[in-house]
Amino acid sequence: MSSPTVVWEDLEVGDTMPPREDGPLTITDFVRYQGASGDMNPIHHDTAFAQASGFDQPFAVGMRQAGVLATCVTDWFGPANVRRFEVRWHSQAWPGDVVTYRGRISNVYQRDGERFADLELAGQRQTGDLHIEGWATVVVPD
Amino acid sequence: MDAEDLIGRTGEPFRMVIEEGKVREFAAATGSSHPEHLTGPTPISPVTFLASARFWQDERSLPWNDVDHDQARVLHGGQEFVFHGPPPRAGTELVGQMRIEDVFEKAGRRGGTMVFTKLVTEFRTTGGDLVAVMRSTAIETSRPAVRS
Repeated sequence: MSSPTVVWEDLEVGDTMPPREDGPLTITDFVRYQGASGDMNPIHHDTAFAQASGFDQPFAVGMRQAGVLATCVTDWFGPANVRRFEVRWHSQAWPGDVVTYRGRISNVYQRDGERFADLELAGQRQTGDLHIEGWATVVVPD
Repeated sequence: MDAEDLIGRTGEPFRMVIEEGKVREFAAATGSSHPEHLTGPTPISPVTFLASARFWQDERSLPWNDVDHDQARVLHGGQEFVFHGPPPRAGTELVGQMRIEDVFEKAGRRGGTMVFTKLVTEFRTTGGDLVAVMRSTAIETSRPAVRS
């Protein structure tokens, strides 16, 4: 798995990755990401703070799920090949949620002698709500 | 502070070293066990790793830090990473610089206004070559930030 198994000749628009399930999410997952990233906003782990701020309970750190979505891309195309990754959040994710990540190839093209694939990505909660939407561009090596 | 005063504000450059242990910790926190993050003398950093730049930043490098905002009302709306080559490997020393790219208001769906702030951070080698650009969009709501 150290080199990607993707073969340019086999890539087609509409190809999908196997869905990845993440969860049930725990506050421990959030804290682990917060420690790794340095974002210690208590709204993601301190129930009293979250409630004083108008929420029922702490909610997931969006960037954690962005990171897991990026992991889907690196598992598919290899960590060295990502050139762009963008996310937008649509709804919060909460402890106990299971987020399912999906991805499909939206474009394949060559530019300046390099081969690229564009990906459309999404992470959906078990409720059906869209949690996170993403886009990536990867280089496809020879 | 008015948007016009904020747009273009630039933080001081800051040093950031990509560290092997931090790469490993970040990979684990984002569900990756890919060997390219975990093995070899210079493992590659995860795609969203540069979000941990805050460990290397202080008030002088954060142009948005002294702007009055309520942490409980600030949502993270979006984030983008662009790499000019492979993402940086452990051992790489970078120089980052953050600036406020844009500030604008929109009407919220349930009344009130939302203030959007776009922050961009450029990461260069110590020789000045552009390695990566990170963009964040923060959204400050006029009421608690529950999304429907």
